Amino acid sequence: MNGKGLLKGLSVTAKRFFDSYLEDVRWLGKKATPEKIAFRSSKDARGTFTVQFPEEKLPVPEEFRYIPFLVYDEAEGSKEIRCTSCGICAKVCPPQCIWIVRTNDPETGKPVPQPAEFYIDADICMNCGLCAEYCPFDAIKMDHDYEIASYHRNVFNLEKLMKPASYYAEIRPHNNQREEEARAAKAAAKAAAAAAKAE
Amino acid sequence: MATPTLTETLDLSAKFPGAVTADARPGYTGWIVEAGKLLEVAAFLRDEMGYDLLSSVTGVDYLPDEKMEVVYQAYKTTGGPGIFFKVQAPRLDPIEVPSVVPIWPGADLQEREIWDLYGVKFTGHPDLRRILTWEGFSGHPMRKDWKEAFYEEDAKPFKSRWPEGRIKMAEERNPFGDNVTFDEGFDPEKWTSNDPEEALYTSLKKYTAETSDGIKTDHILVNMGPQHPSTHGVFRAVVILDGETVVSLKPVMGYLHRNHEKIGERNTFLQNMPYTDRLDYFNSMSNNWGYALAVEKLMGVAVPERAEYIRVIMAELSRIQNHLIWTGMMLNDLGAYFTPALYAFEERELILDIFEAVAGSRMMCNYFRFGGLARDLPEGTLEKIKDLVFDRLAAKVDEFDRLLTENEILVARLKGISKLSPEDAVAYSMTGPVLRAAGVPYDIRRAEPYGIYDRFDFDVVTQTDGDMYARYLVRLEEMRQSLRILRQAIAGLPEGPIITGKPQYQVRVPAGEAYGRIEAPKGELGYYVISNGKPNPWRYHVRAPSFINLTALEKMCVGGKIADFVAILGTIDIVLGELDR
Ligand code: SF4
Ligand code: SF4
Repeated sequence: MNGKGLLKGLSVTAKRFFDSYLEDVRWLGKKATPEKIAFRSSKDARGTFTVQFPEEKLPVPEEFRYIPFLVYDEAEGSKEIRCTSCGICAKVCPPQCIWIVRTNDPETGKPVPQPAEFYIDADICMNCGLCAEYCPFDAIKMDHDYEIASYHRNVFNLEKLMKPASYYAEIRPHNNQREEEARAAKAAAKAAAAAAKAE
Repeated sequence: MATPTLTETLDLSAKFPGAVTADARPGYTGWIVEAGKLLEVAAFLRDEMGYDLLSSVTGVDYLPDEKMEVVYQAYKTTGGPGIFFKVQAPRLDPIEVPSVVPIWPGADLQEREIWDLYGVKFTGHPDLRRILTWEGFSGHPMRKDWKEAFYEEDAKPFKSRWPEGRIKMAEERNPFGDNVTFDEGFDPEKWTSNDPEEALYTSLKKYTAETSDGIKTDHILVNMGPQHPSTHGVFRAVVILDGETVVSLKPVMGYLHRNHEKIGERNTFLQNMPYTDRLDYFNSMSNNWGYALAVEKLMGVAVPERAEYIRVIMAELSRIQNHLIWTGMMLNDLGAYFTPALYAFEERELILDIFEAVAGSRMMCNYFRFGGLARDLPEGTLEKIKDLVFDRLAAKVDEFDRLLTENEILVARLKGISKLSPEDAVAYSMTGPVLRAAGVPYDIRRAEPYGIYDRFDFDVVTQTDGDMYARYLVRLEEMRQSLRILRQAIAGLPEGPIITGKPQYQVRVPAGEAYGRIEAPKGELGYYVISNGKPNPWRYHVRAPSFINLTALEKMCVGGKIADFVAILGTIDIVLGELDR
């Protein structure tokens, strides 16, 4: 009991204390510039780790997942939803918060591959991402927009859920590119098969 | 990999003719023991065969066969595969099975859980009360014929979502105040436990007002919690004090109970994966692994090399951030208000950045799939991991060492307090750092390696004192060992696929049972899964280290000061999400 251990510990605290001021001075007046944020999440990060939310925000990585949305392709002014109401997402969803009403052709009564209604109970959704992972049509994807706090229940309907493919490409460029390549390859294979048949 | 057994070398049925038979159901292993002989067989296994660690006790309801089963998994602390044995009882009330608490005191809380959730009466149990549900609860919720309020179907997916598409919000299905059922004539508004001394308090050691020197003294009963800053959640300890000395103590839990296992049996196999994240929410990567391991055993699917390496990397990063936070929070419990905790949070922040980039979420990772992983490491992530492992974390662990290890106040608060002998630690089924701090070199990564842990060089960290300081030292050194494993894993990481076969949302799981267990940062995390060939597990049980490590809480506290209780609870390292399930 001579206080040596205590002093040793306090030297760590003192170093930390000065570091935080040095870093403050270094980034003086700069809000969350990309360099500052990159530094903060690098192996050399020192000083204050926190950012002043909401003025400063940390960027989210591509794989970040929050409540899903439905992708539509923009074609000549109309919105072409990719979803075929196959129901896989509703079946795989662990808390069962996806509700899909299928469309029936008014004349024949046969099902049409398009949802009439599509609901996600966003307050039940556990953001697991399984729906997006297993949708065979790249029609449902996880969003990056995490600021959905509200005074009411968040049950998202089709209108609220639909977002353009360009938005998807923006938030998940790598994934989007991979999927587009896969789709193009598939279409090419199909065309080749059709051509082979026609001959 | 088949479920390990010793069927070949140990023939219990020859040793106990008529009383023990081999479990011949397809996909099952182990032995079925007659209830009357259970204690004799258990004593034989412990004393003569060396199965000193009772890892897990599980109830299973075989409703179609009108049978209730209790499954025991025992291991040797010297390592190697374990032994499964089971007791079956007809499903008629009362269902009675002898308690194994006299042989393995570690069964205490687990048998109470089975009584609570399955209604199996353990004769000879010293204190058989409900544990996770409250005293006024009606029925035994894990029984297959017990339906929750607003029960919809036995198994997901529910048809109402698709193809029917009837839109109903949760609150329409679940109006407040209307979602619990009570025993007939039971009015929750008027109910008070008829005699509060009766249930809980009589389980504490009886106290008498003593008269010494003509001065009357009395023991005091104190409720710590359920809202107490020391408990890291809603947890309550009822303590009897003689002055400041703890005479007797009982943990009260279940405030966060959500019947995780019942939900698990409604879910499909895959749907359980994100739910496991919510057990020990500090270590979702480890939680995922334990569950994946159990289901992979049932499916008999192999994991590609690259996925195995990434699994190790994620699990060890998870262990480091868990131990860092533990150290910080432990110091909070001792009164070093938040300085070490926030230092720890900085490193954890960087590790969680990696989890977020890889898995999409900082804490709810949901990253493992049966036979592999959800996705490969995104571009740039491996560099970040290397940066941390090679250039930062080792120095930071050393910094913690400098900051704390020799600090005289810390040493005075931790050294020599709450000693647990190795014999007691094993008897009470303690696992993880607490067991190793007591001097038992038992680490599942070494004792029964899973994944590819047999390829790595690392030391099983032990201490001999068994006190709180030893638990601190074990965790500090374990971080260094984890870094050692990480360096090897990063060096060995091969290219290749990250999942076997095509990703599937509906996996086919052959009928049978499997127990998958891993060395989670808090101790042995096990999943006991039974499939009957359907898309949903018939039984899904979690052996939670936080829960079972509390069995010895009383032992660790009695005789000590009440002020140390807070720190003792801290050194066990509990997370309520896993404890209450
Ligand atoms: S979002 Fe995808 S998985 Fe869901 S119904 Fe539409 S097409 Fe099927
Ligand atoms: S993210 Fe998960 S919980 Fe949310 S809708 Fe998709 S599958 Fe369901």
